[in-house]
Amino acid sequence: MTYEFLEHTADVKFRAEGSTIEEMFVAAAGALNETVRGDITILEQVEKSFGVVANDKESLLYDFLEEFLFLLDAENFVVSKIKSLEVEGNKLKCVVVGDDADNYKFTNDVKAVTYSEMSVKQVLRDDGGQMAEGKTSDGRWVCEVVLDV
Amino acid sequence: MSGFVYMKLKKVSDFEWEIPVEDGMNVPGRVFASEELIRDIEGESAARGIPSKEGTSEKFHSHQASLEQVRNVARLPGIIGASLAMPDVHQGYGFPIGGVAAFDLDEGVVSPGGVGFDINCGIRALSTDVDEKDFMAKRKEILHSIFRAVPSGVGRGRRGGVSKKELDEVLKLGSEWAVKKGFGVAEDLERCEESGKMAGANPEFVSDRAKSRGLGQLGTLGAGNHFLEIQKVEEIYDEKVAKKFGIEKGKIIVMIHCGSRGLGHQVASDYIKRFEEEYGVCEIDRELVSAPIGSKLGMEYLGAMACAVNFAFCNRQMIMHYVREQLRYYFPNSSVDLIYDVCHNIAKVEEHIVDGEKKKVLVMRKGATRSFGPGRVEVPEVYRKVGQPVIIPGSMGTSSYILAGTKKAMEISFGSTAHGAGRVMSRHEAWDKFSEKGVIEELKSKDIEFEAGSKKGIVEEAPGVYKDVDEVVRVSDELGIGKLVAKLKPLAVMKG
Repeated sequence: MTYEFLEHTADVKFRAEGSTIEEMFVAAAGALNETVRGDITILEQVEKSFGVVANDKESLLYDFLEEFLFLLDAENFVVSKIKSLEVEGNKLKCVVVGDDADNYKFTNDVKAVTYSEMSVKQVLRDDGGQMAEGKTSDGRWVCEVVLDV
Repeated sequence: MSGFVYMKLKKVSDFEWEIPVEDGMNVPGRVFASEELIRDIEGESAARGIPSKEGTSEKFHSHQASLEQVRNVARLPGIIGASLAMPDVHQGYGFPIGGVAAFDLDEGVVSPGGVGFDINCGIRALSTDVDEKDFMAKRKEILHSIFRAVPSGVGRGRRGGVSKKELDEVLKLGSEWAVKKGFGVAEDLERCEESGKMAGANPEFVSDRAKSRGLGQLGTLGAGNHFLEIQKVEEIYDEKVAKKFGIEKGKIIVMIHCGSRGLGHQVASDYIKRFEEEYGVCEIDRELVSAPIGSKLGMEYLGAMACAVNFAFCNRQMIMHYVREQLRYYFPNSSVDLIYDVCHNIAKVEEHIVDGEKKKVLVMRKGATRSFGPGRVEVPEVYRKVGQPVIIPGSMGTSSYILAGTKKAMEISFGSTAHGAGRVMSRHEAWDKFSEKGVIEELKSKDIEFEAGSKKGIVEEAPGVYKDVDEVVRVSDELGIGKLVAKLKPLAVMKG
C-alpha cells in the first residue's frame, strides 16, 4: 500500500497503488489525507461508515475521495484510518475512524478531487520493473489523481 | 506522457500569441503575455534552470498543460472569437487558470470546468483613511485581533453557522442577506460585481450534500491560497482614477481573498456527475463535460452556480465586517469603505460586440477578472466614467495592484484581464527549494508581519512559486486590458 506525489504546477497530483483495488483505494485516501493534515497524528475517537455507488472505476475513486472532504466540511470529522473497505464492481462500503477536526490545526485546504489526468488501471510488472498495462486478475492496481487545492 | 507534442505559438504582436486552428478546434487560442511570461507558459523550463526529469516529459508536460487546455476549450461547441488565456495563465483542470471564453447562447455550452470548483473565488479591497504610521505603531496587535476575529482553516467554521432555512436565503440574496443581518451597510452592496447578489439563484438546484458542506462555513476564510492582507498605498499611477476609487497614497488598504468554500466545490462536483450522466464522459478532458446553455441541466447548473456565487459574496461581506469592527476598534473615527469586490471563477451572460454587432453571450472566466471599461451599465455608477476597479493581488510578500477596466478589454478579451500572479512551480518543487524558516526570514527581511493557522502552507505559497506579478500587470497595462491605477505594498498577512 503506497503512494507518491507527482509534479503538478498548481495543484497536488499523486499516484497510489496496491495489490488489490481496495489497497489502492486505501493508499489514495492516504495521499489525500496527508495533503489535508500533513504529518499530524489523528486520534481514533469516532467511527463512521459510508457507501458509494458509481458508474465506473474513476467515478468510484472520485466519489470515495470526495467523501473525506464531505466529512471534514459537513461533519468536521477528520479521518485517522480506514478500518475496513470492500469494493464490489462499481460499489464500495467503507468504515473509518477519526476525530473532531477542531482538536487539530490543519495545513492545506483540498477544495476538490478532480478528473483531471485521472487514471485507474490494473497493471503488470514486467521483468524490468516497469509498469505495463495488463489484463490478468493478479495485476497490481495503480491510480493517478489531481486534487484542486 | 506519451503522445505529447511540443506546441509552438505564433506571435501576433508584442503581447499576443496565437495557437492556430487545428484538429477539431472551432476557434484559435490566444494568449496574452510578454516574451518573459511566454517562456514559462511555452514550456522552456530550462530558462528557470530546472531540467526535465530523465525519461519523462512530466515536468515539461505540466508547463505546456495550460496551452493544451486553451486548445481544448477551443474545441467546445459554440465558442466565439478565440479561447483566451490571460497573462497569469497556468495549468488548471478543464479550462486553464486564467482562461476566458465566450459562448453563443443558442449554439454554445456551459461547463462546470469553465468555472472551477471554487465558484466565485474572488477578492475584495477596502480603502481606509488610516495612515501607514498609525497602523504600523500597532501592527502586530491589530493583525492578531483580526486573526482571532476572522475564522479560518479547514473544516467547519467555529462560529455558530446558519440554519438550513437561513442558508437558502443566503444563496438567494448573497451580500444583501449579510447586510440585513447587520454585517455591513447598504453602500457596500453597490460596490460588488452583480451588486453582491447574482440573479437566477435557485437553491432547489443545490444538493443537500452541498448545503450541508456550506452550513458551518459561512463567514470563514478557509485555508490554502486564501488570505487576508493589509497593505499601504505605495504608488499612484493615475491620480484621477485613484481618487474615484478612494485610494490615497500612504493610507491602509485591506484585501480579502476567498470563495464559496465546500458548498461551491460540491455544486461543481455534483453537476460534473449529472452532466456526465446526461451527456456522457467528455473525451477531450473529463473536466470539460458540458451541456447546452439553454438545456434543462445547463440552466439548473447556472441556477446552482449563482447560489454558490452568492454564498461567496456573503462570505466576503461577513469577513469584511469582522475586519471593519477590528479597525474601528483601533481607529474609532476612521473610514473603512469597500472599493470593489471582483469574481475570479464565474459564468455570466454579458453583452459584447461580436462581428460588429451587439450580442448577448455567456462568458466563462476561470481565474480571470472582469475588466469592464467606462460606460458599461454593470459598473457601479460611481465608477462608470473611469471603468471598474480591477484588483490584482500579488503573491505573499510581493506588491498587489489596483487597475481600472478598459475599452480595449471590451474589444479583445471579452472585458477580462489577469487575476493574480499565477503559479510557475509545483508545490512539490516548492518544498525542495524553500523552507518554512526561509520564507519567514524573507517576509521578515521585507518587514511584513505574518500570522497563520499553520505555517506549513507558507512554503507552498512562497513568492518564488509564482510568476512575477509586476510583469503580469505590466502586460495588462501595456496591452491595455486593465490600466494601472495604484501599487500596494504588503504590511501584514493572515493565512488560514
